[in-house]
Amino acid sequence: MAILSSSIARKVAMALSGLFLVFFLAQHFTINFTSVIDPDTFNSWSHFMGHNILVQFVLQPVLIFGVVFHFIMGIILEIRNNNARQISYKSFKGNRNSTWASRNMIISGAVILAFLGLHFYDFWFPEIVHKYVESNPLDATRYYPELVHKFESPIRTGLYCLAFVLLALHLWHGFSSSFQSMGWSNKYSRGLRAFTQFYAIFIPLGFIFIALYLHFNQIH
Amino acid sequence: MKLTLKIWRQKNNKAKGELKTYPIDGIEGDMSFLEMLDVLNEGLINKGEEPVVFDHDCREGICGSCSLQINGEPHGPDRLVTTCQLHMRMFNDGDTIVIEPFRAKAFPVIKDLVVDRSAFDRIQQAGGYISVNTSGNTIDANTIPVNKHDADEAFNAATCIGCGACVAACKNASAMLFTSAKVSQFALLPQGRIEATERVLNMVAQMDKEGFGNCSNTGACEIECPKGISLENIARMNREYLSASLKG
Repeated sequence: MAILSSSIARKVAMALSGLFLVFFLAQHFTINFTSVIDPDTFNSWSHFMGHNILVQFVLQPVLIFGVVFHFIMGIILEIRNNNARQISYKSFKGNRNSTWASRNMIISGAVILAFLGLHFYDFWFPEIVHKYVESNPLDATRYYPELVHKFESPIRTGLYCLAFVLLALHLWHGFSSSFQSMGWSNKYSRGLRAFTQFYAIFIPLGFIFIALYLHFNQIH
Repeated sequence: MKLTLKIWRQKNNKAKGELKTYPIDGIEGDMSFLEMLDVLNEGLINKGEEPVVFDHDCREGICGSCSLQINGEPHGPDRLVTTCQLHMRMFNDGDTIVIEPFRAKAFPVIKDLVVDRSAFDRIQQAGGYISVNTSGNTIDANTIPVNKHDADEAFNAATCIGCGACVAACKNASAMLFTSAKVSQFALLPQGRIEATERVLNMVAQMDKEGFGNCSNTGACEIECPKGISLENIARMNREYLSASLKG
């Protein structure tokens, strides 16, 4: 059991949970993007995800566990890291040797966590109430109008876009860093790093595009 | 060159330290940073004040003794040099230079700019060696073939002088670069494979026990390392550790 208490094991656990969430993001983005292309496709995919037993009662709890685990492990690592230098430097030039994103994963992570709170308040809790508390009849056409309604507010749209910028910074360092934590270092590392950086920009930018599209499309 | 030095002064491990300001004049660009501190100390001794205590030994960049945080960076603003090899031409006339000890819970301050880095010795003692029978039947190491790539990588890892700049530069005060270099220099060679499993488990356990932080893969350690030890060593140690843990 010594492995569970070691610094390397904690980093590997952080990396694995992070990779799982990266994979989930791609799936979430793919379904959300259908809202821009065709509202009917978005409705049918959303209905499937919202009523499939495997998705609802196996994948969803695993996802929630993944998010909570990643968050708690991040806090544990941050506390341990702060404890390793109890007296700080009077002068510390971190920007001379590392990126802001790599030094401030706890800040970008905290913003993403706050965003998740808003996101759950906007979509997840109303969905749970709609399905399991109020036991409303099935309606496979309600998802797109509900989505569009949420992005009427410029404040909400702005907050979503801000969170996605922080998500990009979190992914910029975290995605490639997870492979290093798991010991991945070979001739493919440079290519993999380029892919992770492309992903870190492409997915959040895509989410920003969807939010802005839904906001401005209804204004016109 | 006229400079203002802000130097951390601390009487002993228990005392509360503070930055003290010392103006200094007549510094040449060809002087090393430690020679500049020698000039300061001569002046302090002549005035009857206590000189600034700092670590140094070879002054050739190979012993790993000098260990100063200079203007927010271990070994100062230059790259791939130790403090003793840092020239004063890296600074400008009128500059203010902040000089602090390497900061980490595992590197307690002994006095002024000197810290106790014996945590590194204990990590080495936990597994940074190979067991060889020296009772008269020692086999020449050169009789065991090693491919060129592995030999070069092992040599590069072995150039770590254990100065502690990696710990000082890391925002988490992590010792992963040092430990991984010491693990790698043996893990890459056939002589080191025999004890590879226990070595990595024991050295990582000792590193954790000393109170160093976790690695966040910021890469600051690699940039600030005076010997250019690569982050690849950390990835290798992580692989070695995971493989050793699975073996039990």
